[in-house]
Order: sequence, then structure tokens, then C-alpha cells
Amino acid sequence: MSTLTDLNMQQLLVGLQKKDFSALEVAKTYNAAVEKAAPLNAFITTTPEQALKQAAESDARRAAGKAGALEGVPLGIKDMFCTKGVRTTASSKMLENFVPTYESTVTQKLFDAGIVSLGKLSCDEFAMGASNITSAYGPVINPWTGADPVHAARQLVPGGSSGGSSAAVAAHAVVAATGTDTGGSCRQPAALTGTVGMKPTYGRCSRWGIVAFASSLDQAGTLTRTVWDSAKMLEVMAGFDDKDSTSADRPVPSFTGACGQSVKGLRVGIPREYRLDGIPDYVNKAWDDGIAMLKNAGAEIVDISLPNTAAALPVYYIIAPAEASSNLARYDGVRFGLRVPGKNLIDTYEQSRGAGFGPEVRRRILIGTYVLSAGYYDAYYLKAQQVRAKLMADFKAAYEKCDVILAPTAPDTAFGIGEKTADPVQMYLEDVFTVTANLVGIPAMSVPVGLAPNGLPLGLQIMARNWEEETMFRAASALESAAGFSAKPPFRV
Amino acid sequence: MTIIKGRTGEWEMVIGLEVHAQITSHSKLFSGASTTFGADPNHQVSLVDAAFPGMLPVINKQCVVQAVKTGFGLNAHINLESVFDRKNYFYPDLPAGYQISQYQKPIVGKGYLDIDLPDGTSKRIGITRLHLEQDAGKSLHDQSPKDTYVDLNRAGVALMEIVSEPEMTGPEEAAAYVKKLRAILQYIGSCDGNMEEGSMRADVNLSVRRKGEKKLGTRCEIKNVNSIRFIMAAIEYEAQRQIEIVEAGGTIAQETRLWDTTKHETRALRSKEEAHDYRYFPDPDLLPLRLDAAWVEDLRRALPELPDAKKERLMQQYGLKAYDATTLVADQAAADFFEAVAKGRDGKLAANWVTVELFGALNKLGREISHSPISATQLSELVGLIEDNTISGRIAKDVFEVMLETGQNPAAIVQEKGWQQMTDMGAIDAAIDAILAQHADKVAEYKSGKDKLFGFFVGQVMKATGGKANPAALNDLLKKKLS
Repeated sequence: MSTLTDLNMQQLLVGLQKKDFSALEVAKTYNAAVEKAAPLNAFITTTPEQALKQAAESDARRAAGKAGALEGVPLGIKDMFCTKGVRTTASSKMLENFVPTYESTVTQKLFDAGIVSLGKLSCDEFAMGASNITSAYGPVINPWTGADPVHAARQLVPGGSSGGSSAAVAAHAVVAATGTDTGGSCRQPAALTGTVGMKPTYGRCSRWGIVAFASSLDQAGTLTRTVWDSAKMLEVMAGFDDKDSTSADRPVPSFTGACGQSVKGLRVGIPREYRLDGIPDYVNKAWDDGIAMLKNAGAEIVDISLPNTAAALPVYYIIAPAEASSNLARYDGVRFGLRVPGKNLIDTYEQSRGAGFGPEVRRRILIGTYVLSAGYYDAYYLKAQQVRAKLMADFKAAYEKCDVILAPTAPDTAFGIGEKTADPVQMYLEDVFTVTANLVGIPAMSVPVGLAPNGLPLGLQIMARNWEEETMFRAASALESAAGFSAKPPFRV
Repeated sequence: MTIIKGRTGEWEMVIGLEVHAQITSHSKLFSGASTTFGADPNHQVSLVDAAFPGMLPVINKQCVVQAVKTGFGLNAHINLESVFDRKNYFYPDLPAGYQISQYQKPIVGKGYLDIDLPDGTSKRIGITRLHLEQDAGKSLHDQSPKDTYVDLNRAGVALMEIVSEPEMTGPEEAAAYVKKLRAILQYIGSCDGNMEEGSMRADVNLSVRRKGEKKLGTRCEIKNVNSIRFIMAAIEYEAQRQIEIVEAGGTIAQETRLWDTTKHETRALRSKEEAHDYRYFPDPDLLPLRLDAAWVEDLRRALPELPDAKKERLMQQYGLKAYDATTLVADQAAADFFEAVAKGRDGKLAANWVTVELFGALNKLGREISHSPISATQLSELVGLIEDNTISGRIAKDVFEVMLETGQNPAAIVQEKGWQQMTDMGAIDAAIDAILAQHADKVAEYKSGKDKLFGFFVGQVMKATGGKANPAALNDLLKKKLS
């Protein structure tokens, strides 16, 4: 069993193709793995029977010579993706009993390519958070514990919002998982769990059927064990969808083909503004190591400036809550989701939303409502949009000088459950390196590069130009092979 | 201009209208759900309309086409880039918690239309803007003693909100504005203009000021008035209410009011302080709507003839008076019907038969012209029979009555009834002689100066000939014989 779950997606696909094992065997093994991983609390809903059924169908397709691109691969699905007939909660009490009658475009594409779904993975409530502790279904536990006794004695967060995805991938409870990334929700959890997290260009994947958090920032993404696995998943997930007006009508190139390509002559930008005060030395050292690795692989290292970097986090925490406050207005207890009957209409709204939403979601709705209010709109929302345009200009100018940008993914390693919760701003700082890619729309991915002295994984982030995921995968796979990160968490199925 | 006499002097009103017109299209503004009127509650609702998690709006191109065409119909500027915004508020019939509308950048900018007033003059009223937005659903308060039911069939249906400048000065002008706007929308085919089914409704903005005063008074907005009659009544009531308040030393509170169709009064709905903060912001699910200039120009070129142009043409081509032309073009079907009747006939005569006889008959029957029992071909044939002197205008009215009842063709009726006009001079001559001989005494009276008796002789001859004597020939002959 351990050997099967140790295979990454690429290896698993080869084995399935060579009939070393059947999809049904794989599914059975992973159903057991999911059960074994229960202490991590990574899943909100498991679907073992569905997995077996899909695996049997997968074997039949393969036998009939109709194998899809991901035929027989068992995945976990972040609970932000609506799945037909399978409860979809967005980790919220509000949607505790919500069973969609429809399948999100991205998961439909994955199913069409032959995947087997093991279940729905926890995340921060409505994907709002960087630690997975805002889930209404309890925190997810990082399978990593760290080397020193202080760390080893406590439970760590797996990052967020895609914390169920990152923990499950790191613990080998799934081969890979879908994620969503609004401000770093695929990349930061990947960095904290030693996995690969990727968000494509805004518009690359359809948002149809994904529970909306902040529409101008949300993108589907992946959490995988390798860069190639991520590229393979994106090839399936990407593509134009006429049901999403913001999805782009452009061809999907071979992302796996870009993996392993030489980075000789590739210009790697190092943004000087990302050398922040208060960042531990080992984070900066990992960054420097990453720079050296790419340089050794033939890349050209370029010093670049992104002058408005400091404004990105405040801008993000205006725009994302503003959109969220409106996107979450539909959860009113009238048509679906939680309803707590009140004395009258307003009371019913207040009771339902008060009981359905956790404190972080309520906080962001309040912030968003405030920044859009008459009298504050110009000072906050409008100003934030103007700064967002400046950030875009920063990147446009930087990409004249370089092809990709290399930076840390997260400001530190995984922290303990219960830490950084007293002051929301401390938690928001987790996103300091990641939010910019969402504000600008560019593709970005985190690759594990090593362990910090505390024995916890560190990740570095590659950002590319809009629609240049191929360049991103090329640089990321070069970094991956140079780093040769092979450490595994103590908790594994 | 309507002037109202108050206790303390004369007053005038300032009126602007916001008309919500439902766009004629098979599906809703941002979803594929059907828009047919009268379906069972909640049977025309997609997941998008009901705002399920993860659902996204996609603009319906047909609705954009309709808005652009309407913009041209209102002589307005078409904005090649417009933006959809979210208007946020909670209400059970607004599933998403926001309405997708256009706030700062509407699809259509400034324009105008010319309204036709009852005295035959016309007046130009400015159009401020036209924007696209979603309709809300319907809250049903009368289905249960304690619960409100929600019907989402209308939720997401495409509306055009057409905003006028505050340039109307009385109920007649407001009525003329709505009639003209409705005619334009119907000609273009962008809205059926059916106010009873709610396809068109108006928010009336009204303030009063002393006659000659330049400064505007505080306005009130009367929401969702759904007939021209109610618009006029609401304006009259509201103006009077405001004048009475000011004359009694009070001030007008800026507020939203509604028109109570049973009590015939306006009533306060909410004050300015209670007004929602809608927190408008650009909808991040929709990209700015960018239109290709050449595509827009193609739409302009393909526009049908609009009421004003048609009126001008009818006057020139058929020699119609402004009044008749205005009456005919107010309804495109009527104008088309008229042109079919007038083909190869005298235009004025044809217009008279359509606007007086046919409209009168339809009115009595309570029928639309599209369901006229007499076809345009039949009416044209009747006018032809008058023109070639087969029958007189008076007999024609009898023929018309038979046509209404039986649907027969006029020539057949005339033939069957033997109503052909007597044009044989000899026969008329003989009839005259017989009457004059019968009434020798009256002839003597006439000759001694009692001119009025001429009509008596005409009547007698007509009676004797069964009304078939050609009136002109009869007149001529009779005059000769009596001179």
C-alpha cells in the first residue's frame, strides 16, 4: 500500500497504463489512505463508494481504449468546487447541507479526463484565511511537525485557504488536489506543507461552479507533489467556458511539455522590495539558494524593482472583502443553505447570516460593506483600484527586464494552530508575497526548496507574465530538480 | 404648460420620467431562462437567476442589440464602452442580494424625442440616458396570511431604464411622452409596450414651483406607475398635494412615494434618510461591454422607419393633415393598415375611413387593429367603390356596417343589395320631375324665396331613389329645374 500512495501522478499514470495495477486497486488503496489520514481532518466529506464506482468505470474506459488524460487518478476536491450530488460546504455552516445539482466546469473537465474523486477537502470558510482554522468543520492539521521539540509538541496549520488540499497531498492521502487561489490560497499552503501549489493566469480556468469569494481574484489551481503533476492537471482544467464571461478564449498549450526544458538564458527577476524587515534569515537564505540554483542552471539573474509592493496587501484587503461582501449576499436563508427563522424578514436575515457565517467571514463582510459605502468608496475601493492599476504597471515594466520573478512564497514556515488568531492583521501578513499575483492576474506557483532549521518546509514562488504558464512551469521544474526536495512529513499514510 | 391655481397664486410643475421597459427577447439578460409572460410561478428560473453558489452572469447579445437600436430611436449617443455595476440591497425577490445594472457608464447617453401634444404642436424632451439592468422577482403577499411567497420568473429579465430630463410641465406632456416612447419602442421591436403585463412602467419625479420661479422645488419620486391614465392621475394628485403643503407654510420632504390605484392617492414609501446605500461597484463577473463601431453602425442602418419620419412621409405622400398622421403613426399596425388601404386610393379619404369609421368600430368592439373584422384589402375596395362613384359616401357607411357583421367583400354586398349609385341622368331627371309635381305648393314657396326647401327636395328624391342617386348630379339637375 505504501508504494502505491508514494507514486506521484506521473508515475501513477504510467503504472495504470502499463496495467501494473488497476484504477480500482488504486481507489481502494486511497480510500484506505483517506481513512488513515482522518486525524488530519483534511476532508469534510469523503466519497469512498463514489470513488470505487468511478474507478471501475475508469478501468472499463481504459480497457475500451478510451482512457482520458487523467484516467484513474484519485484526487481530492477542495470544497469550494460545486460537485453534483455531493455536498459542497465551502467549509461554512451556511452550506452545511447544500448538495449542488450541478458540477463546476473545472471538476467536470477533470471527471471527463477520468479522475476518481475521493471526497471534498476542507479549507478556510469561503476560502478566507491562511491557516484553515476558520473552517466551520474544525482546523486541518499539517502532517509536518518539525524537528525541534517545541514544534514537534504542537499541531501546525497546513496553510490556507486550501489547507485540506495541502495536508492531504503532503500526507499522500490523495495523489493531488484541486485548490482555489484568491490571494495565495494554493501557494502558501503548498509552501507550508512541502508541496507544489499553482495558480494560473486569471481567466485561464472557468470560475463557473466555484463558490465565489472575490470574483476578480479567484482562480482554480492545483496542489500536487511535483511541477509536472501540476502542469498535467492544468492542461485538463484550463480552457474557455462560455458560462464565465471572464474566462479567456485562447488555446491551452502543452504545459507538461514545458517541464524539464532548459532555463538557459531565461531572465529571472529578483524584486528588491521583497526583502522585507522581520522576515527570518532562513527564508531569505532559501531565496538566495533558489537564485543560485537557477543561475547554475543557466538562467540570468536580474535585479528588478516593483515599487508599489508595500501597497499590495492593503489593496488586497480592500478589494477582496468588497467583492466578498457582495458575493456572499446571496446566502440569506431564503432559497438554499441555512435558515434560522426570525420574527420577521430582517430578523431572519440576521439570524441566518449570524449563525451561518463564522467570525472571519463576518469581519470581511463588514470591511467590504464599509469600503463600498457612500462617503468611503472613493477613499478605499476606488483608491485601491487605482493602486491595483499601478501594481499592474509595476509588473509590466519589470517584465521588460525579466521573464519570470522569483520570490519567497510565505514569510515563514508553518505556525501552530491557535497562533496568529488574536490579531487578524498578523494572519493577513501571511499573504504578503502572494496577493500581488492575484491583483495583477499573473500565473504563479510555489515549489518546495528545502527545510528551515526548524525542520519545516520552505517554498519559493515563480511568477510569470499573463498567459505564460509554460515559462512558469519551465522555471519551476528547473528549480524543482535543482532543489531536489525529497523530505517527507512524519505523518504519512 | 399646465398652470395650477392655488390659494396663494399660480403654480407650475417640473416632471421627469424614468421608464422601465422590458426588452423583447427570448431569454433573460444574463441567463438562458425564458421570458414568456404568464408561466407558472418559478417555472422560468435558472440557477443563475436564483443566484446559486458559483453561478455567473453572461450577457445576452440580443438585449444589447435592442438597447443600441432603442438608443438610435431616441436620437441618442451610443457608448461603445459601458460597464455593468452591482446595486446591492437585501430583498427576498432579489436572489443575489444585488441587481446588475449600469451606474456610471450606461450603454446609451444623451438623446431626445419629440412629443405630440393634443393641440397639434410638438415639444422636444431630452433623454438623459438609457441603461440595461435586471428586473427583480415578485413578492406575493396575498398567498398566505403570514408568509410572503416569491416568484422568480421575472428575476433577471432584461429591462431598459430610460431616463428623461425634467422637462415636462404637466400630465398631458407626461402622457404624450410615454405614448411617443412606447410607439418608438414598438416600432423598433425592443419592447412590446404592454403596460398591463408590466412590460412598461414609470417612476415619476415631480416638483412644483411658483409660476415664473427659476429655482426647482424639492422633488418626490412616485414609483412603478403602470398605466398612462395612472401617470396622469398621480401627477395631478401629487402636484396638488405638494402645493397644498407649501401654501400651508410647510416644506416638501424628498421621498419615494407610491401610487395607490384604489384610493387614487400617492403615499410615502420611504424618506431620503431611509434610502438604501446601494454600494454600487463594477460587477467583477462581467467585463466592460465593448461594442464594435461598425457593428453599431450596421444596427443603425437596419433601423425601421420611426414614428416621426413616418408621420412626415404620410403627410407628404398622402396629403394627410398632421392630426390624422399623428393618430395613425401612434400605432405601427394602424399605420401599416392605413397604407394598405390607401394603396391606389385617395389618401385623405382612406385616412378618414381608417381613423373615423374603422377606429370607431374597433373601439366599440373592444378590438385591436390586428384583430379587425374588416381587412385592409376590403376597406380599400370600399374606398375604391366611393371613388369610382359606384356608391355614395352615405351608402358606403351602410356597406361598412354589413361588412362588419358578415365579413363579406363590399362589391359583393353592393351587388347583392342593389346599392349601386344611380348615375343615369334620365332616371334622376324623372325622379326629380315626379317629386316636383307631387309638391307643386312647395315649389311655389321655394320660388318665392324659401331657399331652405332645396334640402327638402333633395331628401325626397333620395328617398324615392333609395338613396342611390348620385348626390352631385342630383344637386345640379335640381338647381336647373328650380331656377
